Amino acid sequence: MALGAYHAGIAVATAYPGTPSTEILENIARMDGVYAEWSINEKVALEVGMGASYAGVRTLVSMKHVGLNVAADPFFAASTTGVVGGLVVISCDDPGEHSSQGEQDNRHFARFAKVPMIEPTNSQEAYDMMGLAFDISEKFDTPVLYRSTTRISHTKTVVDVTGERKAATNKASFKRWPEKFVMVPSNARVRRVSMEERVAKLQEYVEQFHFNEMIIADRKLGVISNGVAYQYAREVFKNASHLKLTTLYPLPVNLIKKFAAQVEKLIVVEELDPYIENEVRQLGIAIEGKKFIPIIGELNPEIVESGAAKAGLLKSTASTAAKAEPPRLPARRPQLCAGCPHVATEYALRKLGVRTQGSGVELSKSDIIVTSDIGCYTLGVYPPLAALDTCACMGASIGQALGLEKAGVSNKVVAVIGDSTFMHSGITGLIDVVYNQGTTTVIILDNNTTAMTGHQGHPGTGISARGEKTTAVDIEALVRGMGIKDVNVVNAFDLKSIEATIKKCVANPAPSVIIVRGACPLATKKKGKPLAVDADVCSGCLDCMKIGCPAITMSADGLAFIDAEACGGCGVCSQICPNDAIAEAGR
Amino acid sequence: MKDVNVLMVGVGGYGVILASDGMAEIGMVNGYDVKKTDSLGMAQRGGSVVSHVRWGKKVYSPMIKKGEVDFLLAFEELEAARWASYLSPKGAAIVADSVVIPVSSVKGDIPYPKWDKIKAILSQYSDKIYLVPAARIAREANNPRAVNMAMLGFLSAFLELPAEAWTDTMRRKLPEKFMKSSIDAFLKARAEAEAAIQAKEHKR
Repeated sequence: MALGAYHAGIAVATAYPGTPSTEILENIARMDGVYAEWSINEKVALEVGMGASYAGVRTLVSMKHVGLNVAADPFFAASTTGVVGGLVVISCDDPGEHSSQGEQDNRHFARFAKVPMIEPTNSQEAYDMMGLAFDISEKFDTPVLYRSTTRISHTKTVVDVTGERKAATNKASFKRWPEKFVMVPSNARVRRVSMEERVAKLQEYVEQFHFNEMIIADRKLGVISNGVAYQYAREVFKNASHLKLTTLYPLPVNLIKKFAAQVEKLIVVEELDPYIENEVRQLGIAIEGKKFIPIIGELNPEIVESGAAKAGLLKSTASTAAKAEPPRLPARRPQLCAGCPHVATEYALRKLGVRTQGSGVELSKSDIIVTSDIGCYTLGVYPPLAALDTCACMGASIGQALGLEKAGVSNKVVAVIGDSTFMHSGITGLIDVVYNQGTTTVIILDNNTTAMTGHQGHPGTGISARGEKTTAVDIEALVRGMGIKDVNVVNAFDLKSIEATIKKCVANPAPSVIIVRGACPLATKKKGKPLAVDADVCSGCLDCMKIGCPAITMSADGLAFIDAEACGGCGVCSQICPNDAIAEAGR
Repeated sequence: MKDVNVLMVGVGGYGVILASDGMAEIGMVNGYDVKKTDSLGMAQRGGSVVSHVRWGKKVYSPMIKKGEVDFLLAFEELEAARWASYLSPKGAAIVADSVVIPVSSVKGDIPYPKWDKIKAILSQYSDKIYLVPAARIAREANNPRAVNMAMLGFLSAFLELPAEAWTDTMRRKLPEKFMKSSIDAFLKARAEAEAAIQAKEHKR
């Protein structure tokens, strides 16, 4: 997708990191002749994209599926104004929620915003159709939604990329055009009409789109599919006739009718919602899909095959025959890394306030409610830390904390948010706390990177997407400027001062901020000296294992043991040990 | 040109992805259609990692169907058991003799299974099970991190490409510093695999 956009002559690319979309901008940032930025969030990314498009240059904006929720406002606005330079918005959906807080089918966004949508079925098409997406954008005066899913984004296949970069199409220049660019109601009403005219023209265009492909074989069964589900359909229904759809909005209605007329039975294999299925049914064509293909989660060939076997479309084969699963084995949950700067804070929160455990249990008066956010630190919800009470969407921790407080909950509330997430959408929430006289304590875990998605820069880091030095936003000055008076900065590995600061701030009847500062060791690639347990002193209480550090295990004789190779040398475990049994190795 | 489905499994941070990338590249260079896909979830370090690699004349799905894995290449013993049901009855499990105990079994309710138990689980799906001393081979090649190269070397003995097809690509792709030790680990493991295959044939 990145190379396809580069060859299509893009001049500007913007994004906010999010799995499985991050690599698109990371790759573009290494290409010459394109301005590439990590934007503060997806909304701003798309607004920057609109500006660049208005200036007449081709522009790519990429994000994950939930990012498009954040960017929904400018997405609809861009649909209304249309474009000058081609504007393509990539949405990478995550069926199965491999790395997301929710599952959603962003094909609906295209229909909702009346924006044409293209979806490749493999890496070759991801490259080939990108140029066409830009052509469509310019020809039909519209942004184009380009959808991928985890299994397209994170699959490598053999690709012929013999194309060359088109010279960046136009030189940037802005011409005044208020009827198009200034959406006061009188102008917007006129544009509204042209949106419908655009959809009608697109409807004709997609009928001829040659990546929509009909393969007629055995006419007993016809299978319609899109995206990676097409690959599963081809593999499972080897002899059937197939219709591959790559223009998902508008759908090529005549092509579908033509295909349906040539087969005896028609089914659709699509991931997530019955999007194609419902559209086809509305045409008055009998079709089945979600009756045997799950609506939830990611598909794979086996799910498609067993669904088809149950529906009587296929004979049971060796692989569909029920096979005993292996017995229950120890789970390997994702966990915070050894040396992680979030561990001490989460341990302190657990110890000071998240003491009553279990769903539905009344909290004790002294318990603290911990609202949390999207990032590595969310892993602190798992035992043994179990230090968090909420996680919903980017930036929600702060608003949720204020809501709990204003509803009249008697427990103190602390919001925990990472530096990148704070920039993304925590700032507005915190201003709301100040303005509405909240007393919430907000802990900003500042590891100086966007760690979960693989260490991208953000406005607080002072490093651009291209690795150049830029102006770093000063978080302390920013929150002071909002009107927070109680601003504290503590070392992420100093458990005692973290605990003391949390206690102090929670008691303060005014809003407070604690910036817990410590760089992500995976980003800096720096490790402290490894620690070791003195077996003569260790009592085997295993308190050190309460931080859930992957470097600490139990030895055969029931004592704590630190794997020197894995240890990050952060020293948090040594601050917990009641017997002073942990020190730098070799001492 | 035989179709090959390899499921590589292991724990984050131990070189599974690098190995599957390498295998995909080698297949492509030698004329196969190739697809490969990873499932990482939220694992940076310590979580389960799964990589599907498929070579063939024409490959559709990047994911291999359960019961159709020709080679389960496990970089860790517990992970071999976890993915055992993906094995084809004719397939082989190639397992590094490495143990990474997850936090959940240190204090949790299910203890980490011993090799005999893991072997018993694997043998429900296939009788071809190879335990590879990958860490020892890597150490002997003077590169403890070359476990993944040792695993690829062991696997390569079962496939139709000659050793040079693999080492040529390794020479092109690997950094100078690790090239010799990586190729040593690869070839040593390939030789051990050839010996192990012969021993099994002989037994029959």
